[in-house]
Amino acid sequence: MEPADTVQATEHEVRTTTPHRGRWARHPSPKEYIRIAIVLALVTAAEVAVYYIEGVADFLIPLLFLFAVIKFSLVAMWFMHLRFDSRTYARFFVLGIAGAVTLYIAVLLMFRTFAT
Amino acid sequence: MQEQVGIHVYESEHEATSTGLPSTKLAMWLFLASDVLLFGALITSYVVYRGRSVVGPYPNDVFDIPYTSVSSFVLLASSLTMVLALAAIQRGDLGRMRLWLLATALLGMTFVGGQVYEFTTFYEEGLSLTTNVFGTTFYVLTGFHGAHVTIGILMLLTLFTLSFGGKVGQKDAMSVELVGLYWHFVDIVWIVIFTVVYLIPTGP
Repeated sequence: MEPADTVQATEHEVRTTTPHRGRWARHPSPKEYIRIAIVLALVTAAEVAVYYIEGVADFLIPLLFLFAVIKFSLVAMWFMHLRFDSRTYARFFVLGIAGAVTLYIAVLLMFRTFAT
Repeated sequence: MQEQVGIHVYESEHEATSTGLPSTKLAMWLFLASDVLLFGALITSYVVYRGRSVVGPYPNDVFDIPYTSVSSFVLLASSLTMVLALAAIQRGDLGRMRLWLLATALLGMTFVGGQVYEFTTFYEEGLSLTTNVFGTTFYVLTGFHGAHVTIGILMLLTLFTLSFGGKVGQKDAMSVELVGLYWHFVDIVWIVIFTVVYLIPTGP
């Protein structure tokens, strides 16, 4: 008989309850975490590689931003469980990012305004 | 054949809240959202003053990309060990949790040690906090990040130590998850810093 505070789940369906209206939220299994980490390592390697490749110099900045966005999203969605947990957490985080981006744009515009 | 594993239902044990979500986890996300603004301001300062130094050393004079790349790999690896620690405590595997928490702390120490070495090298090459705007914005941004990593290491070691006194068990998996959220946050901040500060080329 299972203890009252445990549930049965397959290795690839590791489940923890969220208290959000009694819904089940699935957290990744260790194997999935390792797969994500391998992807992160490969993207980082690609990021460093393009830094040294002269042929992509014209596209270097967009490429680096793309790689950074991929890495950022993978960590936030899988390791921080935003993909699996209540969307309220994601809304808080996105609100902070939106504030930071607004601040960045405002300061950049302000400096250009004063520079001209 | 699929392996059966027992997973502790830890989140259901929190007190009833109006949101239906654990207040501690919500508070951690709120804190992280505010910390995004802090780092947003610091990164903005760095970018705004990029290329405006009138005296050297300039970024290209001091940066060692292969060295910093290794540091980035180390911090990414620590995020993996952190989630493995969380998965272990959710399974009720206290021994593995301790192992992964310690590994995470050691990887964090390696990163901070690398940063101290980098700062020392830059200082010896003539870049101090007051040398030029690059030095000021660079040291403040990466220094704040290093301080965050250091605080994270202290949290990890606290969890590790408390686990021996029976104060961190399967029912406390939420505490490990909260420390994990903070740890992954410093990792994603570094992802941005590594790209914006180190990899995007800049002139003097």
